[in-house]
Amino acid sequence: MTSAVSFQKVSRHFGSVRAVDAVDLDIVPGEFFAMLGPSGSGKTTCLRLIAGFEQPTAGSISIFGERAEGVPPYRRNVNTVFQDYALFPHLNVLDNVAYGLMVKGVGKPERQKAAEEALSLVRLPGYGARRPGQLSGGQRQRVALARALVNQPKVLLLDEPLGALDLKLRENMQEELKSLQKALGITFVFVTHDQGEALSMADRVAVFNDGRIMQIGTPEDIYQRPKTRFVADFVGSSNVLPPDFVQRYSGQQRWGSLRPESIRVGRGAKGDGVAARLVSTNYLGATTRLALDADGLRLHAIVPAGTAVPEEGEAVVLTFNREHLHLMDEPA
Amino acid sequence: MRSDRGQSAPLGLKIAAACGLLFLHLPILLIFVYAFTTEEKSFVWPPPGLTAQWFAVTWNRPDVWEALSLSVRVAAISTAIALVLGTLCAAAVSQTRFFGRETISLLVILPIALPGIITGIALRSAFALADIPFSFWTIVLGHATFCVVVVYNNAVARFRRTSASMIEASMDLGADGFQTFRHVVLPNIATALLAGGMLAFALSFDEVIVTTFTAGQQQTVPIWMLEELIRPRQRPVTNVVAMVVVLVTLLPILLAYYLTRDGDQIAGSGK
Repeated sequence: MTSAVSFQKVSRHFGSVRAVDAVDLDIVPGEFFAMLGPSGSGKTTCLRLIAGFEQPTAGSISIFGERAEGVPPYRRNVNTVFQDYALFPHLNVLDNVAYGLMVKGVGKPERQKAAEEALSLVRLPGYGARRPGQLSGGQRQRVALARALVNQPKVLLLDEPLGALDLKLRENMQEELKSLQKALGITFVFVTHDQGEALSMADRVAVFNDGRIMQIGTPEDIYQRPKTRFVADFVGSSNVLPPDFVQRYSGQQRWGSLRPESIRVGRGAKGDGVAARLVSTNYLGATTRLALDADGLRLHAIVPAGTAVPEEGEAVVLTFNREHLHLMDEPA
Repeated sequence: MRSDRGQSAPLGLKIAAACGLLFLHLPILLIFVYAFTTEEKSFVWPPPGLTAQWFAVTWNRPDVWEALSLSVRVAAISTAIALVLGTLCAAAVSQTRFFGRETISLLVILPIALPGIITGIALRSAFALADIPFSFWTIVLGHATFCVVVVYNNAVARFRRTSASMIEASMDLGADGFQTFRHVVLPNIATALLAGGMLAFALSFDEVIVTTFTAGQQQTVPIWMLEELIRPRQRPVTNVVAMVVVLVTLLPILLAYYLTRDGDQIAGSGK
């Protein structure tokens, strides 16, 4: 089967900066693919390479089997939802949505009908006569989505589309985007720096750092079985354990990761487990986060709300299931 | 510090402000009054009598028509050149990053910062050096140097407020460069260009110094006026023409002001 988007050793350098460095990537048709990473990690450049706003310095890109290098953005069957939405302020909502069809020469009644349908799809029917300036952030986001979808792209690119929305709206839009993607069956490529968003929405996640992909996998893979210290730390703030520590429990001299929720915190200075001292507690609502100091090694544990928490400064004993200790590929 | 909105300014300040405004505008009214005087050899106050005959006299003077026509043609063509070059330059400076960008930006604005006489002398010696005879086109070139600045300043301010991702969005939606310019860029900068163009037209229309250095025997309206003031015959004709010039330049500037007042300054209008 041909990939929706395929990168072969793709690099994009800006002077001496390697924004994207020898990236290999295959996105399956119809999947919801997230590119996750801190700012400056190369994820947005990858998105712009797919859209055609950037050309690779080296390597080759194909979109549904067609070579994409040198093809300008307006000849690619992909559409983008921009971070700032980039709606045209001089056009009303309907003309914004119909823009793609207008430049392709679709007749006025036909394109307006298609635009109305697209607006219904994003639950904004009847908003066509308004100006973008009269809409709220969430509504602009939906218009931007409708404007891209009306062109029936093979791949829809979303550049941090939820970044500007408040928490409640963001959660709603996450669900909506997910169900929209299922209903339409279009490949979605989604750029975000929010690991929660990537894990909850995507079928697969690529974790970026310094222009390279650290790991590609299902959200569960990424979360439970990080391959490198960076992934363990960036996705869900896992405890990264040094090789010496790991060797005591697994017999192998490897870097390990341990989820904060896998650590049980017991009272007392003695017992079977790691002796530690409680440094501080952070009340988070549903859970409480504990910062611990185990002989110089800083660890975090998350316990459900309502659990009896020791006093700050008290000596505690940490225990965990050995199978929860994940050994990483990264060499010691 | 700002005084409270409801509070009225002190009387002394009001009088001072009124005097300032009168000082600025009363002389212009005086020009209008002299257009109706019956005394044709010198300006005497009060006018010995009032007449509208000078309008007819002006209408029948071919030299007035020649000067007016020359001024309008020069202003129109300089403005057209400025619109094209100013917009292109503004687009390059505001949308892309390249070596020497700041320098180009400064060099473009320089002609309006320099005294007109320097621009004039420089152009005159350059034309002489290149053996270019003075003509309609040398005047147009001279005027274009400062008209470009006005258009550039207006366009650059608008480009800065136009998000770059809008152009990318247009390309992303299937529009090529020309379609993007026509459907997205032009509608967004149109009022700025109109404002810049009108200011450029007005500046060119009343320009004296650069014109004196770049014109041959031809007379634009301001040059014609200067000549008229030296020769004392039918003096009020000058005043009639002055009235027309005030109206011709004032209307575009007012229009430009209203078109761009929403937060967009009319940069470079102070030449």
